[in-house]
Parts: sequence; C-alpha cells; structure tokens
Amino acid sequence: MIESLLVANRGEIARRVVRTARRLGVRTVAVYSEADVGALHVVEADEAVLIGPGAPAQSYLDGAAVLAAARSTGAVAIHPGYGFLSESASFARSVLDAGLVWVGPDPSSIERLGDKINARNLMADAGVPVADGTREPVADAEVAAREAERIGYPVMVKASAGGGGIGMSVAHDEGELRAAFVTARSRAERFFNDPAILLERYVARARHVEVQILGLADGRVVTLGDRDCSVQRRHQKVAEETPSPGVGEALRTRMLAAAVRAGETVDYRGAGTVECLVDETAQDFVFLEMNTRLQVEHPVTEAVSGIDLVEQQLLIASGDPVSFDPGAVRLTGHALELRVYAEDPIRFLPGPGLITEWIEPSGPGVRVDSGYRAGDTVTPFYDPLLAKLVVWGADRTQALERARTAVDGFQVQGPRCNLPFFDELLADPEFVSGRYDTGLIGRMRR
Amino acid sequence: MSHEVRAEMVANVWKVVVAAGDAIEEGDTLVILESMKMEIPVLSEVAGRVAEVAVAEGDVVQEGDVLAIIN
Repeated sequence: MIESLLVANRGEIARRVVRTARRLGVRTVAVYSEADVGALHVVEADEAVLIGPGAPAQSYLDGAAVLAAARSTGAVAIHPGYGFLSESASFARSVLDAGLVWVGPDPSSIERLGDKINARNLMADAGVPVADGTREPVADAEVAAREAERIGYPVMVKASAGGGGIGMSVAHDEGELRAAFVTARSRAERFFNDPAILLERYVARARHVEVQILGLADGRVVTLGDRDCSVQRRHQKVAEETPSPGVGEALRTRMLAAAVRAGETVDYRGAGTVECLVDETAQDFVFLEMNTRLQVEHPVTEAVSGIDLVEQQLLIASGDPVSFDPGAVRLTGHALELRVYAEDPIRFLPGPGLITEWIEPSGPGVRVDSGYRAGDTVTPFYDPLLAKLVVWGADRTQALERARTAVDGFQVQGPRCNLPFFDELLADPEFVSGRYDTGLIGRMRR
Repeated sequence: MSHEVRAEMVANVWKVVVAAGDAIEEGDTLVILESMKMEIPVLSEVAGRVAEVAVAEGDVVQEGDVLAIIN
C-alpha cells in the first residue's frame, strides 16, 4: 500500500477519499484554493497546501501547482476525485512522469475513452451495442444536417470531449439541429478546448443506467452492479438508485457482460463506469460513454455491496489484490443517493451564499457525504453540490421511506437549496412506481 | 418608464449580449451570467431600448446588483 496520498480535489469527495486513506493508515495531503481556506477537506487532511486563487483554472485545474504540492509534501500518490483533473490524460501522464502513483487508469485508457466519438467506435468494434451516430467529428452545420437526416430525428448533439451535460442538446428538426450545432461547438471550445461534435440517435423515453467496473491489478475486469441515474435536470444527475427498477435480470446480465467487455477492450485498471441508455419497454440498451474515474454516485454501490471503492482504487493503484473476493460479490438491498445542491427546488438555478444552519440527518441506513458546515460560504466558483444523502434499505420501499425521513431531518439555511425538491420526488407517483425515465423532472415541472 | 434588470445570484458576467441603444423584445437575452459551472442567461421582461449596460464581461456581480436598464 502507498505510504501517502495527495487528494487533488475539494468538497465532499476530497473528504471521502481522505476518510478511507486515513483508515488504511495512509498519510493524506489536501490542496485548496483561496476560496476554500478553512474548508472541511483542508482541516481534515494531515497536511494542506494552498495552490492558488478560487478560479478552478488557477488552482484545482492547475496540474503544475498540484504536482508542486506533491513534491513539497513528499506525497507518493495522487487521487484526482471526479471532475477537475480526473479525466485529463496529460495530467495523469505528468503524475507518472514525476515518479508518482496515479490513482486511476493508465493515461492511454483515459485518452481512448475520454473522446466520446473514439469511445463509441471502440465499443462498437468490440461488439458492445451503440446508438446510431457519427463515427467522425462533424465538421460543420451542413454535414450535421446530412448526418441527422441519415440517423433520423430526434438526434442528440454532443461535444465529443464533453462531460457533465455541458454542450448537449436535442434537435427534433433541421432548424433546431443547426442552432444546437452552433451552441454545442461554442461550448465545446470554451469548456473542453476541443470543437469536435458528435451526433447520436436520441432515445426519448430512456433510462440512464450505468455499470460499476473495477479493473484489477491482475488484469481481470469485474462488475459491482448497476446504478440508475435517470432523475436528471439539464442532463445532469440529481438522484440515483441501485439496483435499477427498470432493468430485468436478463438485461442486467447482458449489460454487466458488455461492461466487462468494454473494460477489457482498453485494458482498464481501477474504478470506472460504463454508462448506458436503457429502453425499459424493449429491455434493451446501448453504450453511451465511459467515465474513467470514481463516480459521484459511487456510494450507492458501496451501500449494497459493503465494498469501499476508494480502498479498492488505492489497492489497485498500489498493485495489490482487492480486499474482497471478486467471485463472491453479493449485492443486498436497495440504495438511493440524493444530491443536495445549492440551487432552488423549482427552476434549479444556483444560489451561492453563507451557510447559517447545517444539520445532517442520521439513522439506520443513512450516510451523508458532505463538503460544508455552518459558517462556510458556498462560492460561485465550483459546482453546486453541497452533500450527498445516501440511504439504504432492505428493499426499495424501505429505502424510500428512510429517505423521506432523512430529507426531513436535513436542515440547510443560507444558500438556495434543493432539499424541498426531494420531498416532491419521494412522493411523486411515477418515481415511487419505479417506472420513470430521464424525462421525469421535465414532467414534474410541466 | 425605466426598468432595472438585476442579478438573481452571485455570479461572474460571462457575456454581455446587448449594448446601450439596442432595441430589444421581451425575452431577449441581455447578458449571460456564470455561477457554479452553469451559464444563466438573463432575459428582458420588457420590450424597449437598452438605456445602459451596467456590467462588463468578467465582472463579479452580487445578488441584487443592477445589470442593465431598459427604457
């Protein structure tokens, strides 16, 4: 096992990684920006290094500053969390070049999968089903119109290098397509520094279901069940659950097998997520993309498996066997994650501010991964995730019931907060029935 | 009558879309704010003419700050 670990992230995920590292006796180093002075992730690590101003490009995205912090503290490994530098192949490579351990897949795996067009082509060639779409970057609006005609409307327009729903939109006809293409390309250039655009057949009433994989140090790829992430606004997840209520056993078996094939295709090491779109009625799926890092919603998998995913990441990165028997994984019960965001519960617009009250719920089956406490200021620099409320139950009914109680016990005052949305969600007949899709929030807000 | 358009939240001004003197319709985008990794277009609630744009690209605005004045 590595002796020390720098966590190149902030908020709840930095705290969560430090928690496991500490349990395993690994010395921890935090990095932070001027906007995060005194933050929980900073005070809880063994050491902390200020790496720059609040703007992400000058701190958490500044690979050279992160590497300098590792050097000055003697950290031997870097865990990137999610977002920020986690899917930067060039940063991963510079970590390895500096003689440090990178807690993540090989940079070449990140490179091959980070580009959505390339990833789709790889998967299609490996026999994993993909939605009809473009195999080459779409050069201009004319090509986009021609390709959309071939694929058939509606189509999804995406930044090939994108993530987090940024630059994605659906076009139902040529007019919308041309507008969507221009928007997607400007977002792609601005946020991802890569103008490549991809078109894909859009499935309207689809569920978004993903499979957790672990590429072991000995080369095997194992799965740890699925997660349903269909509760979304702006193509971004708000709540997740496992197992997916919309996936039958036959489909689940096929999806898990495809996820293993996806991982094996790129010699994947470490934790990764294979995202798919599921047609619940047809019980069929297509590959969407692969996330080459720990996923925000990984705690629901931990809740039903009893496996600490960060521990496995650290073991795999150290070249050690995982702490569980990959042939005897048992998933028990049902788990939900609710993302508590600093945004209003109606229009979902963000609202930073000073937290004047912060009370977390507790109880059987309740876990809260949070990044804030009373007295902290939520700044406009970072994403609006305040905390993840994770609830486990013996079955879905119990998990929902416990979630309702936990939401009522979660008090946040100061910034805008979407907690009231979860009261609504947990009472929504469609959500409660389990038969919902990615259009759920849109219908709740019509 | 002049109409003040104010920021709904702490944000950075990413883009100023209109300039003083522009004729605008209700629903036109005046500026685009950015907060918490999200772009937030600020739309005009009235039709009229832009009397003043009170912010520049890159500015940080607080909740309630005036962004533009519409006549």
